[in-house]
Parts: sequence; C-alpha cells; structure tokens
Amino acid sequence: MKDRLNYLFTSTKGLILVAIAMISMVTAVWGMLSGPMAEMGVRDWVIKTFGMDIVQAEREGRIIILYHSIAMGVIAIETYMVTGLLKMKAFFKTAVNMLITVGYILTMTFGMGFAYFGHNWAFHGLYITGLSLIFFAGVLLCVALWPWDKEHYITDKDYARTKSGVDLERVAFFTTAVTTVLSSLFGAVPGSYYGHGFETFLAENVIRYPEKSVMEYSVIGHLHIMLALIAIMLTLIIGRWLNFKGIWHKFAMPLMILGCIVLNLGVWGVVTPLEPVAHMIIYVGATPSMLAALFLLIWSWGKFAIEGTAHLTKPTLLQKLGAMVQDPLKFGPTWQMLFMNFTTSGIGIFMAVKLDEIFRVWPAREERIELTGHWHALSAIIATIILMYYGDMLGLKGKVRQIYGWSIIFLSDIALAGVTIFEMKRLFITEAEQQPLVNTLMYMIDFGLGMLLVLLAIVMVWRLTDLFKPKGRWTEEAAQELSQEVAK
Amino acid sequence: MKHSILFGTLTSAGKRGEKELKIRVLSVYPRPIIFILLITLFILVSCAHVDLNAPMPTYDTGIDPNAWAQVPAGEFHFGQHEDIASTDAYEIMVTDVTKQQYANFLNAALADGYVKMDGEQVVGYYPGDEFRGVKHEEKIEAGDWLFVPLNDPSQRIKFDGKTFTVEKGYENHPMTSVTWFGAWGYCGYYETRLPTEMEWEKAARGTDERPFPWGDEIARENANFYSSRDPFEDMSSFGSRTSPVGFYNGNAYDGYQTIDSASPYGLYDMAGNVWQWTGDVYEGMHYRFMRGGSKDTYDMDLRVWVRNNATPTYFSPGVGFRCVR
Repeated sequence: MKDRLNYLFTSTKGLILVAIAMISMVTAVWGMLSGPMAEMGVRDWVIKTFGMDIVQAEREGRIIILYHSIAMGVIAIETYMVTGLLKMKAFFKTAVNMLITVGYILTMTFGMGFAYFGHNWAFHGLYITGLSLIFFAGVLLCVALWPWDKEHYITDKDYARTKSGVDLERVAFFTTAVTTVLSSLFGAVPGSYYGHGFETFLAENVIRYPEKSVMEYSVIGHLHIMLALIAIMLTLIIGRWLNFKGIWHKFAMPLMILGCIVLNLGVWGVVTPLEPVAHMIIYVGATPSMLAALFLLIWSWGKFAIEGTAHLTKPTLLQKLGAMVQDPLKFGPTWQMLFMNFTTSGIGIFMAVKLDEIFRVWPAREERIELTGHWHALSAIIATIILMYYGDMLGLKGKVRQIYGWSIIFLSDIALAGVTIFEMKRLFITEAEQQPLVNTLMYMIDFGLGMLLVLLAIVMVWRLTDLFKPKGRWTEEAAQELSQEVAK
Repeated sequence: MKHSILFGTLTSAGKRGEKELKIRVLSVYPRPIIFILLITLFILVSCAHVDLNAPMPTYDTGIDPNAWAQVPAGEFHFGQHEDIASTDAYEIMVTDVTKQQYANFLNAALADGYVKMDGEQVVGYYPGDEFRGVKHEEKIEAGDWLFVPLNDPSQRIKFDGKTFTVEKGYENHPMTSVTWFGAWGYCGYYETRLPTEMEWEKAARGTDERPFPWGDEIARENANFYSSRDPFEDMSSFGSRTSPVGFYNGNAYDGYQTIDSASPYGLYDMAGNVWQWTGDVYEGMHYRFMRGGSKDTYDMDLRVWVRNNATPTYFSPGVGFRCVR
C-alpha cells in the first residue's frame, strides 16, 4: 500500500493519473446535470441519488466553484508536467508538487462539497485554503523556474537562447508562470469582496451592459486570461515533450514571451483607464502567441514527415503525409491546436468583426450560447491535448496507441464541429425551423463527448486494476520521469 | 497506415488484374463508405423539412385574457441577490397579449392610421430615443418602425388586404413575432404601457424570495419550456410551440395534467411559453429587455430574475408581451 501511495502521490506520472481520475469523476457526474441529460431526466436522478442540495438562486455560484475545481486539477496536471520536464532543484520540485496536490484536492473536494451538498462553511474555508495553497505553489514554481540562474544556462545552439546562454524557452515557461500567478489575483481580489460590493455573476450574462464595475471587469479579465495562460503553458509543455528546437524554436520563443506579456497587459488593462483599448492590446498579444504555436506545428509536422520517411530514398508527398500522421499521439496535439482555429479562434475573430452587424442583432441568449460554446470548446481541446500526452506517458504502443489517439482526435473533433455549427446556426436557419438540425448536432456532440468519456473510463479502469497487480505498470512508472522521455 | 495500405493495394492490384482490384478496394473501403453514409444521413436528417403547420391541439384554458390583476405598492425582493426595491401600485394583464387581441388591435389601428402597411410589414411611429454614442449603442430615431412582419414563416396573423385574422387554433396563444415597437405600440394604443423590469418581476414573484412564480421548484407540468413534454411540442420534428395563455392552471387537457402555476398575484405564464418585452429604455443602450424565459429555453432561464435582451426590431416565435396600467 505504501508503495502504491508513493507512486500516486510522489511520482509525476502517479500524480497526473490521480488528477485525471479526479477530473474525470467530476466531469462524469456533473456533466449529467445539464443539456440533454437534464432533458432526459438523468439530472433529477443524479440529484436524488447523490443527495445534492440544489438552490435555484445559487446556480451561478455553484457553476463558478465547479469550473474552479476542474481548472485547479488541470493546473495541477500542467504543473506536474513542468516540474517533470524542466530542470529544477529537488526541493522545489517536491515542494511545488506537494503544495499543489494538497491544494487542488482540497479545492475540489471541499469546494464541490460546499457548492452541491449544503453550505458547510468549514468546507468553504478549506476550499479557499486549497486555492491559497495552489497560489503559493505557483509562487514557488516561479522561483524554481528562475531562468537567470547560471545553472540553467544552455550552450546548445539548436535552442533559442541569449548570447550569454539564457534559455529562452525557460524564460517563456517562467513568464507564463509569473503572469498566471499575477492573473489569479484578478479573481481573488473580487472574491475577497464577496458580499461587500461584489456579487456572483457569470460573465456571459452581463456582456451587453454598457457599464460594469471594476470588480466585474476584473473577473471578466481573470477568466479570459487564465484559460489563455493554461493554453499557452500547454503549448510550451508539448513543445518541450517533442523537443522543439531549431530555427522555428528560435523564432517561436521570443514571440511566445512577447505575446504572453502583451496579452496579460491587455487583459489586466480592462480594470484600468486603458479599458477602451484593452481589446486591441489583447489582439496584439494574441497574435505572436498564436504564431509561436503555429511555428511549433510547422516544425513538428515537418519533423514527423522527415523522420518517418528517412528510410526511403525519394519519399512521395503521400508517404510524407503518412509519416506525419503515423503517430496520432504526437501529431494530435498540434492538430488540435490547428482545429482550435476553426472552433474557437476563427469563430471569435468572426464574431468580433461582425459583432454589431450580426451577433448583437440577435438576442443576448444567442450570444451567450456562442460565448459559452466558445470557451467550452477551448477547454475541451486543452483536455484532449493533455490526454494525448498522457497516452504517450502510459507507453501505449501499436494498435492500442492508434485507437486511443485517433479516437480522441475524431470523437472530440466531431463534438466540437457540432458545437461550432450549433453556435453559428442562426446564420443559416430560423428558430422555427431549427429543431432537426439541433437534434442532429446534439447527437454529434453527445456521441463525441460521451464516447470520449467512455474511452477515458476504460483507461481509468485499466489503471485502477493495474494498481492491484504487485508488478503492474505502476511499478515502472514510479521511477520514470518525463524529462527522460523527451523526444530525441 | 490506412492510406499506404490503400496505395499499395491499388498498385499491386493494378498489376494483377481488375477483378482482384475490385475485391481489394472493397475490402479496404468499408469504413470510409459507412462514414460517408452516416454523414449523408446526418445531413439529410438535419435538413429535414419542418412542417410549421403540423396539427396542433386546441384547448380553452378558461383564463380570461382581458383580465387584469392588482399589484399593490410596496417593497419586494428584486434580482438574484434579493435587493430591496419598491414600486407604486399598478395593474397588469393576467395573461400575455393573445394573437386574437393583437389582430383586433391591428384592425382598429389600421383604420385609425395608428399603423400602416409597408409591403409585407406592419409599421408604426415611435418618437425615438436619446442617443449618447456609447460603444455598441445604435441610434433609435423618430419615425416608422417595424411592428409586425407578415412574411415571417412563423407568423400566425394574416392580412387579406383589408382585415387581419388569426390562423385557426392560435387565437388564444400569445402574440409572437412582434417587435418591441409592436408591443410598445399595442400597449400605447390602449393607453397602457409595457411593464418596467421591476414591475414585471414584482408581478411574477410577489414579495418573497421565490425563484419561480409558483414557488421554489420547477416541474415539467409547471410551464412550457424546452423539452417540457407538453402537448404542443415534438422535439423530433418541429420542436417547441407556444401553449394557449393560462394553460398551466391545474386543469387536465386530454389526460395531460398541469399544475396551477399562477404567480402570487394570479398571473399566468410569467415563466416559460414566451419571453416578455419590458418597457425600460436604458441610458446608452438601444437593447430592450425581456423576462420570463420561453418554450425554447431551459428551466434556468425561467427564474424570475433572469434577463434577456435584443434590439427593439427583433422578433421571434418565442417572444411576446403583456401590458400594465
């Protein structure tokens, strides 16, 4: 038992497994409280079975705690990946992992307990304690990542670095970590005024109000930037896992650092007199960040194509394309980043351009659907990328690797395509005539997400049964570290 | 890899002869064929024609749409966070304005010159709003504005060149596909007005903290909302439709038992069926607000404090109104 607990709570792969399992359970249960599950009556059954205490006036507050619970699990996973991939002192690695583990488990357990099972205020206190521990873990991670420590200077000219040897990729990780910690304050400050000038609200419900309080702006900025930073950190993680290097790396890392800083300044600017031009600053910041991700995509796809056809003297285009998609777990993360442009970024830009002409002519409720769909899609893409990296960590090989990887790609993309069409349906169909289309889209979305959850459940059951084996895979994973598995 | 198998199969099969080629191709292609068939099936199903005139049950609910309810002056809990607000005394319609009432209005107003025809639209004069040039704000100038579109496929009021009539069976359903101007014009014609958001909420909620007009919880038999399985909806084809005003009054209709869902002041349909336009014109904003949720929204939007808004020219089969005086 001690060995198993050590694996689950001290090794990187064990910690990631626990966090994925926790998030999966929350997603599986709470996913049944809305949408078609509510229509079919499953919600009522879940509420009754689990003895949930659902007060109508508290829906928005419950949802906010639910989002935070899941998000803290995701942030913990990313932190484990960072501490597993990057060099840092053993003390920092242990301390950061320990703090964030206790933090997110407290947040998730007691936050959800408070939100859905009656208001035990001790639970609320523990929820806040959990968030505070995560914040402190973030501060410590920033210290651990300090890039100007000569110990972390690099000499390899294949990687982006300054003349003196400062590792620019580490600077990008550091910048993202620091801005994440600072941006969390934009949620924490209004939260600390709760009931004293600040009341619970969902940002999508106040979009059209011309006047918003500073606290409201702060929360709106907070939720936007945190999701963006989770995505940026994950892009850096995927780059490190794939061993991103070369000329594209040298272009990408400065852009990533610049983009991250400008993006944050723009979002923080919404609570300052810069608010009227904040969106413009955000666009300016988002562009280099997305360019950096594009460079990762170009480099990685090129690498897969070249390495996969190295044994051929004159590979054809088809053979190169075949090599590029040969490994779905390595091709998938960047493919999902590209697909994100159709489901999230592209839609967002289209909405911004046509806002007054089209979207603000529709009722606010339609705009709310687009906004919530928009960031649910981004969150889902982040989750699928994590699951693909996790598939590689598990050491999946052969057919299982292919099935696991392609299933994640196809199922999530079917669901996200459905979500995107659903968001935009008013462009091409009237309310009176939409039902058959809505039904079809719902089948696509439910099938995609449902099967994805089934796949995840199969993996989790496999991992659970593995834990009962004395010489299971967990014994190997306990000693493995992510930095040893970075692509050559 | 799938494609290289296919590539290799085609090449080698080509050397061996056409017969083998067909067999190989078929053995490789089943999955794409099934996939393409599924996609085609999905597209066909999703593009299925919706019969907007599908048969609909007709019921007399026994609730008089000409009735008004008294709301006394005083304080009440306003909004989700239970702020204390107060209103003067007023009267509010017990039900939404029905299609028959609106057709009657159009006939009288056309004869009076209060409204006029502009192609297939009924338009009327609105004196305009003060424009402050706030971001996203649009000018609402004095002039003729759209009241009711007659060419909308879900419009149940017809005009034969002389008279407005209501499609049979829809007479006691709430007036829909009416713009904010059309709602404002109706109330103004009868020397009444649209309720402010505060008046609407107080009429729906009374003076306690209930989230729904009838109490704390919602059941399918309380109101007409998305997938509430009422006799007027069929989610496999046309989806949701409006129910006659006052339908949820505790009566049974052909075996469908409703729960009496009147508000504390005796109003019906203050949650679900159709969103209701309210009268507030806010500074720096051209949007008009709606309350109550509709046949097309989930139950969360039926909570009394939930707000929706749209441009005043917006119309929909899920938006209606009622008046106060």
